Amino acid sequence: MNPSQAASHEKIGERLIVYLIRFAGYLSIIYVSLICLFLLKEGAPALFNVPLSSLFGPFWYPIEGQFALWPLLLGSLTVTIGAALIAVPLGIGTAVYISEVAPRWAKEVLKPLVEILAGLPSVVLGFIGILVLSPFLRRLLGLPTGLTAFTGAVLLGWAAIPTIVSVAEDALNAVPRSYRDASYALGATQWQTIWAVTVPAARSGILTAIMLGIGRVIGETMAVMMVTGNAPVVPSGLRALFAPVRTMTATIAAEMGEVANGSQHYQVLFLIGILLFIFSLTINLTAFAISNRRLKRTERLLS
Amino acid sequence: MNKQANQKLPFLTARRMQTLGFGALTLVSVVTVLPIIALGVFIVVQGMPAINWEFITDFPQNGMRAGGILPAILGTIYLTIGTAIFSIPPGVAAAIYLAEYAPDNQLTRAIRVAMVNLAGIPSVVYGLFGLGLFVIFLRFGTSILAASLTLSIMTLPVIISTTEEALRSVPHDFRVVSISLGATRWQTVWRIVLPQSLAGIITGVILGLERAAGETAPILFTGAAFFLPRLPQSPLDPTMALPYHLFVISTQVPGMPVQIQYGTVLVLLVFVLGMNLIATVIRSRMRARRQW
Amino acid sequence: MPAKIVIDHLSVRYSDQAESLRDVSLEIEENAITAIFGPAGGGKSTLLRTLNRLNDLADVDLVSGKVLLNGKDILDRRVNVMELRRKVGMVFSRPLALPLSIYDNVAYGLTTAGGRRKARLDEAVEKALRQVTLWEEIYDRLHTPAHRLSGGQQQRLSIARVLALQPEVILLDEPTSALDPVSTTKIEALLHELSASITVVIAPHNTQQTARIADYAAFFLSGELIEYAPKTQMFTLPKDKRAQDYIEGRFG
Repeated sequence: MNPSQAASHEKIGERLIVYLIRFAGYLSIIYVSLICLFLLKEGAPALFNVPLSSLFGPFWYPIEGQFALWPLLLGSLTVTIGAALIAVPLGIGTAVYISEVAPRWAKEVLKPLVEILAGLPSVVLGFIGILVLSPFLRRLLGLPTGLTAFTGAVLLGWAAIPTIVSVAEDALNAVPRSYRDASYALGATQWQTIWAVTVPAARSGILTAIMLGIGRVIGETMAVMMVTGNAPVVPSGLRALFAPVRTMTATIAAEMGEVANGSQHYQVLFLIGILLFIFSLTINLTAFAISNRRLKRTERLLS
Repeated sequence: MNKQANQKLPFLTARRMQTLGFGALTLVSVVTVLPIIALGVFIVVQGMPAINWEFITDFPQNGMRAGGILPAILGTIYLTIGTAIFSIPPGVAAAIYLAEYAPDNQLTRAIRVAMVNLAGIPSVVYGLFGLGLFVIFLRFGTSILAASLTLSIMTLPVIISTTEEALRSVPHDFRVVSISLGATRWQTVWRIVLPQSLAGIITGVILGLERAAGETAPILFTGAAFFLPRLPQSPLDPTMALPYHLFVISTQVPGMPVQIQYGTVLVLLVFVLGMNLIATVIRSRMRARRQW
Repeated sequence: MPAKIVIDHLSVRYSDQAESLRDVSLEIEENAITAIFGPAGGGKSTLLRTLNRLNDLADVDLVSGKVLLNGKDILDRRVNVMELRRKVGMVFSRPLALPLSIYDNVAYGLTTAGGRRKARLDEAVEKALRQVTLWEEIYDRLHTPAHRLSGGQQQRLSIARVLALQPEVILLDEPTSALDPVSTTKIEALLHELSASITVVIAPHNTQQTARIADYAAFFLSGELIEYAPKTQMFTLPKDKRAQDYIEGRFG
């Protein structure tokens, strides 16, 4: 084979490789489209086959054809708000501590621990919830059962912490050193600088962190299914926090295994999936837009 | 230091505020991580007595209340390998496209938006999708194949974004020099960029697979089995898996000995966190071997 | 005999309008050293990077005019750029060894072009390394990582990497700006030797260097060619006032 032939041979091979690479690049779009397509294909018929009075009714009794989405939506909302109330202050506080205050050794202890938490499978969290947390909370609060929205919220709060800590910490670290120095030069203490300069400068990143954390909580499935008691009732008042609830994710996970393909129940579960998909889409797109805006602004500053 | 503040606020001076504030932040961090440490110790203490040779090499017996968890361990290994097969090649290729080829245009932005979405979709929704596409539409049935494919799509964004980061960390000048010597883009990627970012890519891939190995929701309706008397014979068989098995024995089986539950948790954690540890070691080694 | 490279009304503009060339026409003589000099931001790098189409990598939004190499327009879309870059080699200001062994660095251009015969590669590598007087220093560690070499050695390696391809033209963008005086002298001597058989186009890193090594000198200011003349004429009797001022150190 002479060299020019070898070269043209290689060229064809290389062309093929580049086509494959390009195709792989488009895969994300293809997969998202496929996910949309199949959720719609299986779930949209629910809107026509299940009476709206049932979908918007007050009860979730699949056996009697009662498919009210409201209790599940509220269940998810209750747990999510509870988890956010725990995860946001702890997560942001820890991020600020790691990035601004902690001595080196403390950083080196904290960061791997947070990473370990991020790596914990959700089923392990659920297991701990059942065996340790819920009996503890039941005794502590004198409840009839430990499997409540509150238990779920505590657990999911911790599940969301790693996301919040790592994204917020990145945002804080990205704040230029000179901002802080300028503040010190004006006579501010480190503490004043953190809250008056550093955190406000990183606010869009911190906002992104909170949104992604909330996204993580809404989508969390196994842990929440294992500890929230799975009662699809409309929660009311503050006491609802300490009663069993049923979230959207848990409903899908718990019931999909037992339904006939194509039945009303099956379609409604996919419909819930569509709702979850829309929620995550909204949250992630917003977070993406926020963090992208920040990126653009930084680029302008640097150029 | 702050004289003015000293005069106005005799008690809550800026310095005292700072001491209090730092104390509060330290407390918050301790509250955040203490449960993790406590849990780790607790699980190891409770789970260690259950771990012995039989536990990891035997089938479950007596309705899973005795014996070992071999099928679950093997199942998780099968699923992880399957996920690796379906997620690493396209994930790395997609990252190469984004880092080395993609022009700065609307389509590339659309890819990034799609990736962000893919990363945020709840795991149970992946389960639904896998059920709809792989199990029913493509007729793979509940099987290792369907579950691996589902997990691989979920893992893809992690692999793409970590790989892209690793590729981008290779200095741009190497590419310019290589191209200036008459190399094509692909030759540049293959001979210079990929070897230099390999460690970073491996780290990212392991972190992605680690997540997949611990997932339960995506495999619930696509490939996980409650109990199987024998090991899966082909990729089209369903399989037991550690995370699902843990779910089963902690919620679905009455009278389950606690020791077996903790033992299962410990094995699952060793599996998952062990992968994490390997990734960390590779990452720290890579910095030492860098050639720039 | 026609010039080796004929640049005909060439204009280049980047999309951020940064550095550009405006209507440059210039004939570069074969087997001589042509120095492109002038204050920073004058378009020297842009010109060099256009000559081997390295600008294809950058964000260029306008290129007009012609660049003829041996009478053929290299800006033509149908040109095989990979082949062009082997013919027109490039050396950068910052010495940069590819993350490979010394041997693989020098053989890189040959192997990417499809060269596989070990004996021929060995021969080409040795010859190139001897040309840049690096062979004696490193022949016993050809297969060790190239990034361990010193800056001056890495720059000579960069030149060897280009020479291994037996180019017709070699472009150098301030090749000695990061080097010590001794290495600089070595490289200048080398360029002088090379110019017997290769067309050398260099953007020197100061006026003295231009005076030392150039056969022809082209003075660039803000993207325009102000004056082009044999070196001796340029440094004794420049026609343009701005060129004279720059050479005499009144600005720059």
